[in-house]
Amino acid sequence: MEINTNGATTSSAAVGGGGGDSRFTQQELPACKPIVTPGLVITTFTIIGIIFIPMGLVSLSASEHVPKLMKSPVFIYYQLDSFYQNHRRYVKSRSDKQLRNKAAENETTTCDPEGRSQPDRAPIVPCGLIAWTLFNDTYGFSVRQKKIQVNKRNIAWDSDKGHKFGSNVFPKNFQTGGLIGGAQLDSSIPLSEQEDLIVWMRTAALPNFRKLYGRIEEDLQPNEEITVVIQNNYNTYSFGGRKELVLSTTSWIGGKNDFLGIAYITVGGLCLFFAVSFILLYVIKPRPLGDPSYLSWNKSPSGHPN
Amino acid sequence: MAGGRRKKQHFSRIHAFSCGKASFKGEHSLIGGPGFSRVVYCNDPYGFEASLRNYAGNYVRSTKYTLATFFPKSLFEQFRRAANFYFLICAILSFTPLSPYTPISNVLPLVVVIGATMGKEVIEDWRRKKQDNEINNRKVLVHQGDGVFEHTKWMDLKVGDIVKVEKDEFFPADLILLSSSYEEAICYVETTNLDGETNLKLKQALEATSTVHEESSFQDFKAVIRCEDPNANLYSFVGSLELREEQHPLSPQQLLLRDSKLRNTDYIYGAVIFTGHDTKVIQNSTEPPSKRSKIERRMDKIVYFLFAVLVVLSIIGSIFFGIATREDLQNGRMTRWYLRPDDTTIYYDPNGAAFAAILQFLTALMLYSYLIPISLYVSIEIVKVLQSIFINQDLHMYYEEADKPARARTSNLNEELGQVDTILSDKTGTLTCNSMEFIKCSVAGRSYGHGITEVERAMAWRKGSPLNEPMASRGDRELWPQEVTEVERQAEQFKEEKPSVKGFNFVDERMMNGNWRNEPRPDVIQKFLRLLAICHTAIPEVDEETGKILYEAESPDEAAFVVAARELGFEFYERTQTSISLYELDPVSGEKVQRSYKLLNILEFSSSRKRMSVILRNEEGKLLLLCKGADSVMFERLAKNGQEFAQETKEHIDEYADAGLRTLVLAYRELDEEEYVEFNEKFTEAKNVVSADREEVIEEVAEKIEKDLILLGATAVEDKLQNGVPECIDKLAQAGIKIWVLTGDKMETAINIGFACSLLRQGMKQIVINSETPEAKAWDKAEDKSAAAVAFKASVLQQIVDGKQLLSSSNANSEAVALIVDGKSLTYALEDDVKEIFLELAIGCASVICCRSSPKQKALVTRLVKTKTGSTTLAIGDGANDVGMLQEADIGVGISGVEGMQAVMSSDIAIAQFRFLERLLLVHGHWCYRRISSMICYFFYKNIAFGFTIFFYEIYASFSGQAVYNDWFLSLYNVFFTSLPVIALGVFDQDVSSRFCLKFPLLYQEGVQNVLFSWRRILGWSFNGVLSATIIFFFCIQAMEHQAFRKGGEVVGLEILGATMYTCVVWVVNCQMALSITYFTYIQHIFIWGGIIFWYLFLMAYGAMDPDISTTAYQVFVEACAPAGMYWLLTLLVLISSLVPYFAYSAIQMRFFPLYHQMIQWIRSDGHSDDPEYCHMVRQRSLRHTTVGYTARFVAKSKSSKKGAQDPR
Repeated sequence: MEINTNGATTSSAAVGGGGGDSRFTQQELPACKPIVTPGLVITTFTIIGIIFIPMGLVSLSASEHVPKLMKSPVFIYYQLDSFYQNHRRYVKSRSDKQLRNKAAENETTTCDPEGRSQPDRAPIVPCGLIAWTLFNDTYGFSVRQKKIQVNKRNIAWDSDKGHKFGSNVFPKNFQTGGLIGGAQLDSSIPLSEQEDLIVWMRTAALPNFRKLYGRIEEDLQPNEEITVVIQNNYNTYSFGGRKELVLSTTSWIGGKNDFLGIAYITVGGLCLFFAVSFILLYVIKPRPLGDPSYLSWNKSPSGHPN
Repeated sequence: MAGGRRKKQHFSRIHAFSCGKASFKGEHSLIGGPGFSRVVYCNDPYGFEASLRNYAGNYVRSTKYTLATFFPKSLFEQFRRAANFYFLICAILSFTPLSPYTPISNVLPLVVVIGATMGKEVIEDWRRKKQDNEINNRKVLVHQGDGVFEHTKWMDLKVGDIVKVEKDEFFPADLILLSSSYEEAICYVETTNLDGETNLKLKQALEATSTVHEESSFQDFKAVIRCEDPNANLYSFVGSLELREEQHPLSPQQLLLRDSKLRNTDYIYGAVIFTGHDTKVIQNSTEPPSKRSKIERRMDKIVYFLFAVLVVLSIIGSIFFGIATREDLQNGRMTRWYLRPDDTTIYYDPNGAAFAAILQFLTALMLYSYLIPISLYVSIEIVKVLQSIFINQDLHMYYEEADKPARARTSNLNEELGQVDTILSDKTGTLTCNSMEFIKCSVAGRSYGHGITEVERAMAWRKGSPLNEPMASRGDRELWPQEVTEVERQAEQFKEEKPSVKGFNFVDERMMNGNWRNEPRPDVIQKFLRLLAICHTAIPEVDEETGKILYEAESPDEAAFVVAARELGFEFYERTQTSISLYELDPVSGEKVQRSYKLLNILEFSSSRKRMSVILRNEEGKLLLLCKGADSVMFERLAKNGQEFAQETKEHIDEYADAGLRTLVLAYRELDEEEYVEFNEKFTEAKNVVSADREEVIEEVAEKIEKDLILLGATAVEDKLQNGVPECIDKLAQAGIKIWVLTGDKMETAINIGFACSLLRQGMKQIVINSETPEAKAWDKAEDKSAAAVAFKASVLQQIVDGKQLLSSSNANSEAVALIVDGKSLTYALEDDVKEIFLELAIGCASVICCRSSPKQKALVTRLVKTKTGSTTLAIGDGANDVGMLQEADIGVGISGVEGMQAVMSSDIAIAQFRFLERLLLVHGHWCYRRISSMICYFFYKNIAFGFTIFFYEIYASFSGQAVYNDWFLSLYNVFFTSLPVIALGVFDQDVSSRFCLKFPLLYQEGVQNVLFSWRRILGWSFNGVLSATIIFFFCIQAMEHQAFRKGGEVVGLEILGATMYTCVVWVVNCQMALSITYFTYIQHIFIWGGIIFWYLFLMAYGAMDPDISTTAYQVFVEACAPAGMYWLLTLLVLISSLVPYFAYSAIQMRFFPLYHQMIQWIRSDGHSDDPEYCHMVRQRSLRHTTVGYTARFVAKSKSSKKGAQDPR
């Protein structure tokens, strides 16, 4: 009986609603109901094709390969292959608090085994595997016996320099253990200005990666011979990795990468191809859409033939 | 209220069969022993002895939780689900170093999801609480001492209280009846809430207490009741009452049960013996069976499948991880020295690589958990609740006359409504209104009454009318055959003259207004009408306002008889203990005279007797036996000289039955004194027999006197079809839904109703499996019951086999066949070894009608169909006898009609009228099915797409468990960025509008055939997910590897790759949603595009937070992504490339393999909807030809007429 009265109240609410609500409650809101018509299909594919192919061409032209004048700035990258900077143990082995804040220099629990220096258990700043393995090859460039200046300033993201690495945090007890992993740091320079470290500590996403080494702020002529003096300090032999040195300029879409351009052209071409095939299909087989003979349950033997 | 108004009636005589006196025998000796320990100190609930007992109060709680149990109990419920339990384990593990992400980011979504579900529980429980409060705060008069009664809340009642319950009030607890407003201390009780029976039950107090019937006399009333402990048996009660040191036995006769209602009695006094949860009705309440839809069950399987994928991926990952870790130290030399494998933890120990791999396996299980849609269950629950709100609010399913909207009582079966294959329908009250109208009669071999029945109307349609348009409205009179219109016109005219009387639709000027006196046999007519006025168990009740007499009858047809007698001049106005009084129209004088008849015995109606009689002495002192009953039992009881009109009457009865009417034969007999005295002696003796076969003994005695009857005539009562039933059935049949009628009615009536609602039609072959064969009757009488059963069974089996043969030959000619089974045959047909073949036969038939079936048989048939065919069944009914069927079926639909609430209470969805079923199934069912199945498919798609990008990244991260995304990106994926559009899909999506759903009922078959949730489709969506993930991941890493990301020369780090890929995922899954739905209201637009915008806003807001909080997402969008052209170009490329495969696929499918709803969409969008021919083509070409209903009837007819035209004779 209680239910009964309940029902009555809901109903009065339902009916009382009325007005503007009723289209909503009666599920009759004005709606756009697009369906996939041949016209729509062909138009869509054509439009995608028409837009994508030029975009691909533009992208490709932005990363041309022909040897030519390298306008300043020319970016110097070192590339490591098969180096798992994205290994979970490696990625987690740092202390962001310690990097930002001098007061937090003891927060090294996440950094083991490079959290504390060996004999006296003093905190290492910057701690952790990432900092410990800081890349330490160096490059010297010269063109026609003339040394080229490499600008190593402003190679890191501003947000890192400004907020993630403290300007009052100085390296401490760094690379003092038995095992030396990589580069030393000048303990008189605050972390926020140790740009090599900052670049290194922004871990790469993939095992083959490049990192910015510096900038050459003069143009390099086509077919010019550049002499590079490399100090090969960094150990990549043990894990069978390779090291590469890359000089590159950038354009509006970043570095020279054909992939985007090619992909755009491919997808665009594919869409044009689809558009053409659909046109052909519709011309060759102009079957009316509403033909129910395709109904699956009509084919079942339970229906009687007629 | 003083006792002076006590009525002096002796009703125990009316109810000869039910009133028996209890005596101290058998069970009463158990009182005081174990199981019979309750002691109630009447009128002394607070006394010392009563307080020792400390029985529970009368507070009733139906809520699932209390404040204290809520958390443990509901949490337990939540984590019983495998998926939730898995996420709980993940959450716990996330606090260990195994975790690939921070604990808080993992716990939060779980808390949100569990919180939402628990919130829903709280709201539901709150509603129950409010209901409880309403009941518990009802007031009843309770004796407060010194003879003063005061209104007290139900919940404050104590065992031992004396309460006074007034007319039409519910009993607040289980009471022992002490006295009532009647001198006999009887009262009438309506037990509709308990057992659904509408007839009133008679209760009578002990003589010892019947004298205490005034408020003041309770001042010093003291009694002790000893009785059984609380139990669930409604029909038994053992106890004793000690009054003034004397013991009196108590039986169910004195027990008034909570939730039943006092009727026809001004007041009663009772002593409370069971309160609250001790009451029989609450002891009896069982949890309704919890039903889950097929889709949900399949969804569970998919979740398990995803679990399997998850485990496989984790195993693969951990194996590779183990190998890589082992190789970190080779002969003591470090390979990946930068990981310091020489000084490491167990998680990365090259010397314990196997163990590290196992631990890594756990990490991977957590990392890939995004494959499992954590929010799936809660989203579906939310969606279903919203869907049922839409069902409840649908104005097209709102019954204005009774102010009753549709009510989805359980929301978890919404989508099942779209998959119904078989409807099992009750007849009375469901297809018909359960309002009986006296419409025709046959007296002295002449038939009276011009009324047009619904069936005759339908027949006229079938026979005469041109039927150009099968669905023409009924009001279209021009199409009607002449004679029908003529009679109809007369009837209309008559109706205008006289206000209509409920239960009376008799039109015949020969009988009305006393005109019957001029008919050839007025004496017979007089007896006939008198019999109608006397031979019944109805109770007259004078409406105090109008002075009109209303009748309280056990069944509506009985009421119809009494009303008919009154309208024709024989007004029954009073029933006293021994007499029945009428105002009769005297045939000679034409005056109204008062006459009373001395009532001697009532031989009650029972389903085995199929008749009832009264024995009385008229004013002239003659002894008469008046009898009415079914034709099958009455004709054989006629005297040789009583068959004067037998032939004509039989013909009329057949005619009436053809017209879908219920018929009864009326006959009488004069008794001589000796015979009566002998009978009365035996009858009284039989009544006092205290044994199980008492009923049989009484029947035997009664049978001896009900013989040599003289036929008077027959009555015909119409069981009116509900509004719109034939149209609704036609639509459902066109939708390919099979409709079975399960009724307790006799075969003829059932067949008639079948005709009326187009389940049967002329030219349809009928297979009748019947137990009413001559041989069967012989077996029935045989001594050896077991041999008879065997013979019966063999005969039934034979009939089934024959039927199957007929069926297969008819199938060859594509003829429709109907199966009609009666209850007795059904008993054998449902036995284990026969039921399969029976079911095969039944499934092959276009319509199936089971008549004379008991509630249990209804449930059994339902179970048979459900389990053996595996298809979805829907049972619809309105009475207590349908409860079993409703609970057994996949979906139980209750009609909230007149027969009490029992069916509604045990139903899953309640509607007010049968015709609403059409909209409920074809529109809401179809929509809900489509919505839920699309929603689940999409859920899997989006989680697979996301999960696989994580997995692919692991390949490049040495399977170390490093996630490519920021922790919060991971955890908010399911909760924020992709949840709302999918809920909008589940609540609002429509493939076609309701108008088209109804116009093309065959669309419904998409659900029945489960086209939208087939494994192919599910796997298709999963594959699409993997494809999207592949495109997103590999395009991103190809584009971003190595090269400078922007003009400043900076390269891409982990965080930029993560943010970019995540952006692509959000775009792709949301646009995939936009692409796959075809229904955009502003809500869809807001949710889909809003979801994408929200992601950017989130990224900016989160990136602007302190680096301690935002970690790798710090300024990633503002500084790195947004200014980089590459980021935007890549997003566009990935988005388009991921969507092109699906778009091409759907273009091809729409063009060459369209689903039915796509055709309809096509019709709609191409403007064909106003082109009737085209619509007709789509509709007609997909019609099946063995269906039932109007349209099929029309098709069959036009075919046969064509045939006739082709070969002229």
